[in-house]
Amino acid sequence: MRFSERWLREWVDPRVSTRELADQLTMAGLEVDAIEPAAPAFDGVVVGHVLHVEPHPDADKLRVCKVDVGEGEPLDIVCGASNVHEGMRVPTAVVGARLPGDFKIKKAKLRGVPSRGMLCSAKELGLAEASDGLMELQADAPIGTSIRDYLELDDVSIELGLTPNRADCLSIVGIAREVGALNRMDVNGPHMESVSPVIEDTFPVEVDAPVDCARYVGRVIRGIDATAETPVWMRERLRRSGIRSLGPVVDVTNYVLLELGQPMHGFDLNRLRSGIWVRKAEEGETLVLLTGEKITLSSEDLVIADGSGPLALAGIMGGEASGVSEQTRDIFLESAFFEPTRIAGRARGYGLHTDSSHRFERGVDAQLQQCAIERATELLLGITGGRPGPVIEVVSEEYLPARTPVAIRHQRITRVLGSEIPAGQVQDVLERLDMGVTSIDAGWMVTPPSFRFDIRIEEDLIEEVARVVGYNNLPGCAPTAPLVMRTEPEAEVPLTRLRRLLVDRGYQEAITYSFVEPRVQEVLDPEADAIPLANPISADLSVMRTTLWSGLIPALIRNLNRQQGRVRLFETGLRFLRSGEETRQEPMLAGVVAGSALPEQWGSPNRPVDFFDVKGDVEELFHLSGRAENVTFEAAEHPALHPGQSALIRLDGEAIGWIGALHPSVEASLDLSARAFIFEVRLDAVTHGRLPQFHELSRFPAIRRDIAVVVERDMPAAKVAECARAAAPEILRELKFFDVYEGEHIDSSRKSLALRLTLQSQSRTLTDEEVDAVIDGVVTTLGNQLGASLRE
Amino acid sequence: MQTDLDKLVTEAGSAIEAAEDLAAIDEVRVRFLGKKGLFTERMKQLGKLSPEERPAAGQAINKAKQSVQQSIQARKEAMQVAEVQTRLAAEAVDVTLPGRGQSTGGVHPVTRTLERIEHLFGQLGFEVAEGPEIEDDYHNFEALNIPESHPARAMHDTFYFDEHTVLRTHTSPVQIRVMEGREPPFRVIAPGRAYRCDSDLTHTPMFHQVEGFMVDECTTFADLKGILDEFLRNFFEQELAVRFRPSYFPFTEPSAEVDVQCVECGGSGCRLCSHTGWIEILGCGMIHPEVFRHAGLDSERYTGFAFGVGVERLTLLRYGVNDLRLFFENDLRFLEQFR
Repeated sequence: MRFSERWLREWVDPRVSTRELADQLTMAGLEVDAIEPAAPAFDGVVVGHVLHVEPHPDADKLRVCKVDVGEGEPLDIVCGASNVHEGMRVPTAVVGARLPGDFKIKKAKLRGVPSRGMLCSAKELGLAEASDGLMELQADAPIGTSIRDYLELDDVSIELGLTPNRADCLSIVGIAREVGALNRMDVNGPHMESVSPVIEDTFPVEVDAPVDCARYVGRVIRGIDATAETPVWMRERLRRSGIRSLGPVVDVTNYVLLELGQPMHGFDLNRLRSGIWVRKAEEGETLVLLTGEKITLSSEDLVIADGSGPLALAGIMGGEASGVSEQTRDIFLESAFFEPTRIAGRARGYGLHTDSSHRFERGVDAQLQQCAIERATELLLGITGGRPGPVIEVVSEEYLPARTPVAIRHQRITRVLGSEIPAGQVQDVLERLDMGVTSIDAGWMVTPPSFRFDIRIEEDLIEEVARVVGYNNLPGCAPTAPLVMRTEPEAEVPLTRLRRLLVDRGYQEAITYSFVEPRVQEVLDPEADAIPLANPISADLSVMRTTLWSGLIPALIRNLNRQQGRVRLFETGLRFLRSGEETRQEPMLAGVVAGSALPEQWGSPNRPVDFFDVKGDVEELFHLSGRAENVTFEAAEHPALHPGQSALIRLDGEAIGWIGALHPSVEASLDLSARAFIFEVRLDAVTHGRLPQFHELSRFPAIRRDIAVVVERDMPAAKVAECARAAAPEILRELKFFDVYEGEHIDSSRKSLALRLTLQSQSRTLTDEEVDAVIDGVVTTLGNQLGASLRE
Repeated sequence: MQTDLDKLVTEAGSAIEAAEDLAAIDEVRVRFLGKKGLFTERMKQLGKLSPEERPAAGQAINKAKQSVQQSIQARKEAMQVAEVQTRLAAEAVDVTLPGRGQSTGGVHPVTRTLERIEHLFGQLGFEVAEGPEIEDDYHNFEALNIPESHPARAMHDTFYFDEHTVLRTHTSPVQIRVMEGREPPFRVIAPGRAYRCDSDLTHTPMFHQVEGFMVDECTTFADLKGILDEFLRNFFEQELAVRFRPSYFPFTEPSAEVDVQCVECGGSGCRLCSHTGWIEILGCGMIHPEVFRHAGLDSERYTGFAFGVGVERLTLLRYGVNDLRLFFENDLRFLEQFR
């Protein structure tokens, strides 16, 4: 809602500055978004009277005018505007005037004829974006008066960002009521008078949908002059409210909309057939709107129709065929109440949003229709003339919004706000807001005024009291609560800790959108059933991610394209999977790595990152939860991963993630310029840990033995370790691989694995014989079960 | 005799002088002081002297021998010191060259802010709750008192999957999910991603929000004011003025919008605060009785407050980031600034 401050002050004029007024409004919940001057700075422009116009002797398009500016001799002013004519009153910039843009008016000669000033258009005064000719003032504009005074240009437009509950403030009268309540002042609007009918003519109105339209008020006015000019004061007020002048009938209905908050519509009476019929649309009926757009209606829509079909989308927009034009002589004015919930959403459904639908959706005062039509008649007759008929009304009282009294308990106010507001003050605030207030035992019975649609329950009234008292005048305090501890499962690894582990290992956390590009995801996770958005923001953000890689890989690519040679990113968040009817939203942890293993450094060779660097990072995640021993990495194929460098990660046998090098064909199809390694694990697999479990320390020495066994090249080391462990008794403390060798002296189909076995007993010092026997046993078992031979 | 000894000492002195390393000095020692050395030889010849001459001659030899011994020792020590010096010099490194190893990364600035918020509220006993991001319209709207066709739905720019399934437009549904399953008291914050179908200079289609709420038998608007005041001052680590002004949210009544004194200009007015001196920071209010009803709680018995704060906005203000879109571009040059 945008309005002129002076217009408001005509209704209520507290002795506060513009700034203070704006603060009052903001702090009362009517947030002021902007304050803009009604006109740019200029001076030296007065009302001029064009006495005489004659052609310029040397220029076809110029005219030489004699202009009376109220003092001295009439001025000679050369003017190029085509609408200049004798007798017109026009803003005249005299010599010495300063126009917007610091444009100074000096004595000049135009094609040899002296000119002592300039006749101005609205655009030249900064009052319009564009003008086609001079700004013509009312014939009674006082000659010589400063234009700033005459048009009251020392004014501002105040823009309110209203919340949807405050439809009552979508009008000057509504804002005035608030300002009055806040300043404890009476509100006095302009004098409004009912206009007595001078003709008998009416037009039949039938309301078929009384639930949706509980009141319909109409009036015939005949013999108007639709070509009359809307007076400049009205055009100015409309302009300062952000509304363009579109002819007197529309201007007047818009003016009343702004002033009282009642949307109205004017039909060209002679384009209506038989009568007005307020009804539900029939499925498939069409209507051409004022904008020229043709819409097909549904049975949910409420229309204003006549004998030949829909005329207007009720409360939203009129139709082209029945609209008022310059030729219109007779009109039918409509002022109705439409039920908010029936209008809500309808306009949006057609991509429409009008001043009318905006108000009806939020609630228009159901008692306002008569008053508004009288006000509009009065204003219109003053501009266009005409003969009004009687006001007719079709009302269904039972469907008008009920003004149900709401009880408010004094004690409840204290309980909700945490401080007591004296009873007298509560009552005063409510009364100032035009509520009907009666005292009851615990507090008051309050009947909200018909323009307040947002007062339904006790809390609504508490807010009103708090709001007018001022939130900032209410105390704040530190809440008190019993000192109770929360259980914190120690075995859970907090996400913050997991993040820090990766951060300390050189990863940077990324946050990517949860919706991703289908093409990229198709390449990375072709088998998943991604969930598409019905209304994505763009085609490349149109499906939900089934893997965090779908966001991380593009982030990697963007960084590589910005000359980053070394990228290590991780992300945590949900992936979204569809399994049948069910949607699964699983928290995941994923990473992507490319570039050198370590930051570039003077003293160490620049080695590219490989599978085992990244595997080491993932293993450390499981070490945090104390469950590394329950995790296995199993060679397996994934469509996005290099078949020779990919592993399925299992925790206690259950598949919980993947790790591997990106498949070269995937790299190629995504235009990835570097080798990338990626991993993704279910977050619960790394957060659910276990408590440390103490083991007795041995007092006896440990003995180490190294052996190297030669096995088939594709024999997994994990299998060798598993077999060796199974073969060794409980005194085998630790088994580690310390070398893997392929090449000279080894059969090309085989490889050598070097193992270090650490043996230690809890109860005695081991003898060489004992140790030898264990090692022999291990070697023999490896030989028998895996075809391993001891390397010579 | 004496001249012979003097000659010997002089000779030893020259030999010590000439020795270039410890091995050479050892040779000198053996030649002069060894069992078959020149001094031992002289001692052996003492027998040839008369008993009267012997003590004085013996003394003279010993004295000479000692002086040679001392010279050798001194020379040896000097050599050892020099040797250590040489080694130290050889082993010196340029300490100004950078160190080796993995560099540390960093968490995302939004995470940084989220963790701070969780920590600050954690001090007051607020627990963290989470909920689904693909949400049903009941939890995202209905239960929060935003019925179908409510004008507030239009303000949400919702992403839909189908008529009844949406990407949550705020983290407020978590409030319902927590309240549905438990009895008060509640002190909960619900951080997470939220989504709105809007993308421009000041909006990203995904953003982070922290919903917080507290419900008990006597939770008041004064508590809400107190806690948010405390939070904002501790978050910004500044004594900032905070103001509450009436606003509207379907799920709270009374509702408030909270502004902080501009962190940039301190309230005198600048571009950041659009010359108002205030920055809008969060929305809050007392939980609406309808919301309690949907969650199955008695609004006569319980009162509570709820607030929702935009995490990107807090992050922006805290670190002076000037472009919202940077948060999700994941440009390392940006992310690395928050290490």
